[in-house]
Amino acid sequence: MNVRAEFLPYLIVMAGVTYLIRMIPLALIRKKIKNRFILSFLYYVPYAVLSAMVFPAVFFASGNIIAATVGVLVAVIVALFSKSLVLVAGCSCLSVFLTELILRFFS
Amino acid sequence: MIQNSFKRGLLDGVPIGLGYFSVAFAFGIMAIQCGLSPLEALLISMTNLTSAGQLAGVPIIAGGGSLIEMAATQLIINSRYALMSVSLSQKLESKTNLVQRLLVAFGNTDEIFAVSMANNKKIGKIYFYALMIAPWLGWSGGTIIGALAGAALPEIITSALGVAIYAMLVAVVVPKVKEDKWCAICVAISVLISCGFEFLPLLKDFASNYGGFVIIICATVASTILALIHPVETEEQANEC
Repeated sequence: MNVRAEFLPYLIVMAGVTYLIRMIPLALIRKKIKNRFILSFLYYVPYAVLSAMVFPAVFFASGNIIAATVGVLVAVIVALFSKSLVLVAGCSCLSVFLTELILRFFS
Repeated sequence: MIQNSFKRGLLDGVPIGLGYFSVAFAFGIMAIQCGLSPLEALLISMTNLTSAGQLAGVPIIAGGGSLIEMAATQLIINSRYALMSVSLSQKLESKTNLVQRLLVAFGNTDEIFAVSMANNKKIGKIYFYALMIAPWLGWSGGTIIGALAGAALPEIITSALGVAIYAMLVAVVVPKVKEDKWCAICVAISVLISCGFEFLPLLKDFASNYGGFVIIICATVASTILALIHPVETEEQANEC
């Protein structure tokens, strides 16, 4: 359990840059934005960001592309009926686990 | 209406915390493999609270890279947070003061952001602070346990857990896509561009050099197109986002 002296500057730069990116917009934009284009843009941003993060990265997130595909399909189907994050994530993980078991059995 | 319940925030944070635990576990294992000590891995997770940035940062430390390289890598990979913080600035109750905003900023991760945006009310600082607790504990706890207990878990388990974080993001996006067809179009465009960066020859070259820019490009293009062809009707609708 040691921390090397040469590690600390990296830690400070890493954490500092990451924090500043998150902090500056929140600290500077104090007023309500009125511009309709910007409001519209911001309305769509969360879903555009999150979906681009999921696809196609999710297909490579498990050890096996078939299992990952099953996992994301299960997540989408469960999310159509439930807003519970735990349920969606749980079903998805379980389906990946089972698919990998089946694939191993046949390979 | 303002969502500012401590209890609600704490509960909403639990599934994120569980998801983070599994991903941080993998990060802990990877940090040890790169030659960091368990305490160093833990310090990174406690202060950064971000997956992609940490995964990119550890090899730079391991390889003895420059601090400029570290700063530039973090800036590019984490640039999407600036976009999310702009959105969050509009979602936060407007009387939130500067010091409170400085605290909120620390916890603006992809998933915490996603969950706070999924509320159809404005959100208050108390709710947001409470929302940060479980994810922070899960992320830090998962890192140290992964670093210490590392390779003990069978691969089939860690592999299944790797999908958890993506499933959580799916759970945030899908209900919105179901109720708003314009959001669905926006998501489709963003995903198409994102897949283009993975599979199309020229774009793929770009992504292998400037991977950190991919998400912000996809989101900016898709959101701009939709803001032009289908702007939100009223301020109320914009606040629902």
